[in-house]
Amino acid sequence: MSERRVSRNVPIILSIVIALMLAIAPLPGWAEPYRPDWVALTLIYWAMTLPQTYSVGSAWLVGLILDVAQGTLLGQHALALCLVIYITVKFHLQFRQFPLLQLSATVFALLALHQFILFWINGVVGVNSPAETYWGPVISSTLIWPLLTMFLAGFHQRARR
Amino acid sequence: MAASKSDNQFGSPFLPSLGLRFLLLAGLSILLLIIDHRDNHLDAARKAIGATVYPLRVIVDAPVSTWRWLTDTTASRNDLQLENSRLKTERLLTLARLQRYSALEAENARLRDMLEARATVREQVRVAEILSVSSDPFRHLIVLDKGTVDNVYDGQAVIDANGIVGQVIEAGVLSSQSMLISDPGHALPVEVNRNGLRTIARGTGEFDSLDLPFLPNNADIEPGDLLVSSGRGGTFPAGYPVAVVESVTRIPQEPFASVSARPSAALNQVREVMLIWLADEPDELEVDADAADDEEATDAATSETEAEIGDAIAAPVENDSGESDE
Repeated sequence: MSERRVSRNVPIILSIVIALMLAIAPLPGWAEPYRPDWVALTLIYWAMTLPQTYSVGSAWLVGLILDVAQGTLLGQHALALCLVIYITVKFHLQFRQFPLLQLSATVFALLALHQFILFWINGVVGVNSPAETYWGPVISSTLIWPLLTMFLAGFHQRARR
Repeated sequence: MAASKSDNQFGSPFLPSLGLRFLLLAGLSILLLIIDHRDNHLDAARKAIGATVYPLRVIVDAPVSTWRWLTDTTASRNDLQLENSRLKTERLLTLARLQRYSALEAENARLRDMLEARATVREQVRVAEILSVSSDPFRHLIVLDKGTVDNVYDGQAVIDANGIVGQVIEAGVLSSQSMLISDPGHALPVEVNRNGLRTIARGTGEFDSLDLPFLPNNADIEPGDLLVSSGRGGTFPAGYPVAVVESVTRIPQEPFASVSARPSAALNQVREVMLIWLADEPDELEVDADAADDEEATDAATSETEAEIGDAIAAPVENDSGESDE
């Protein structure tokens, strides 16, 4: 049983690692403000699908890694991801029933909240953050969400076998 | 493992409820934020987590470095010959300049001896490659492929062929994080090369502009003036080019003129930078083989005749800090 559990979790952890890599991959300058929030999207998907396994704890750990990778204050991404994943897990049964359009709108709201917390902490500690970079990641992430769900669903199917 | 009804039940009987877990973790995050913001007691934790991130960075960088290796190995003979001849001419020019510099340097040292001033500070330079660039658009950070095993230390100055790039803020074991001078949280003491006017250049969050917020309206500064590091803060060696003044706007009812400058270093285009070690003994000057053909690496025999007066800050500063020293 535990062997099956391991083999099932490997692809999921792999997807999170890939999301982390996409989050630190270099992008051309013009695309930088529109980099989708890969880590948040992937974590939201797994928290919705497997809320018992991937919940606030894993979100917090991944957030800490992201903080170190991006050089932000330790705990900044951890807090933002933790809150977003808490809401996702809390309402995962409702979210699963949503049609795609409504779910995308929900993801939009979750990511806006995520971005708000990052900006808020930046504001509190006095790091200037240009306001025009607020919505870029939120919009690009929402647009990429349907594709990502399809991809991760395939991942999950394979893992289940 | 606990006997569980569904396969998804992953040890959850041992854990407190979701809300409680969330509150605990959120509280822990806020605690971490406060500790990390107040002082740097979390360096060890950062380094430990950073070690797990390092392989990811290497993998992410692999396609780029493979591509460069491929273009290098498959470059045509013709291209190589062209490049070779270009480099040869460049080298000649550089050597010619170096001759002049070494003569000047010797003269400078002699004059200094006569004045019994402090010995000139000489530097040791090594090339480092940029592993990754921060994806956080509010922070201008880069990760270099040299760490404490290569004697990189916190606060070390980072330059490129054209001027100052930034400083190391966190030296990890194998890689180190550096803040660019354009980061909104960075400020460095500079002086105008033409007349020695001292001031502070602050990052704006844009790669192509620095802000000089503390110059009075009647300050003698014009567009085109070269700003060099003054060495006052102790972090940056003196005499390296930092930026060129681009615009000076004097508004009579404001106390300070608004002056913006364009960094000399190509902050968003560099792939290789140089790390500087200050060595007090002139004999210790060694230039890394691959940095030898870089004129800027060797030309700047810098001096710090006056004691460092703490009126300028060369460190990541809070927004409210710093004052004009003129």
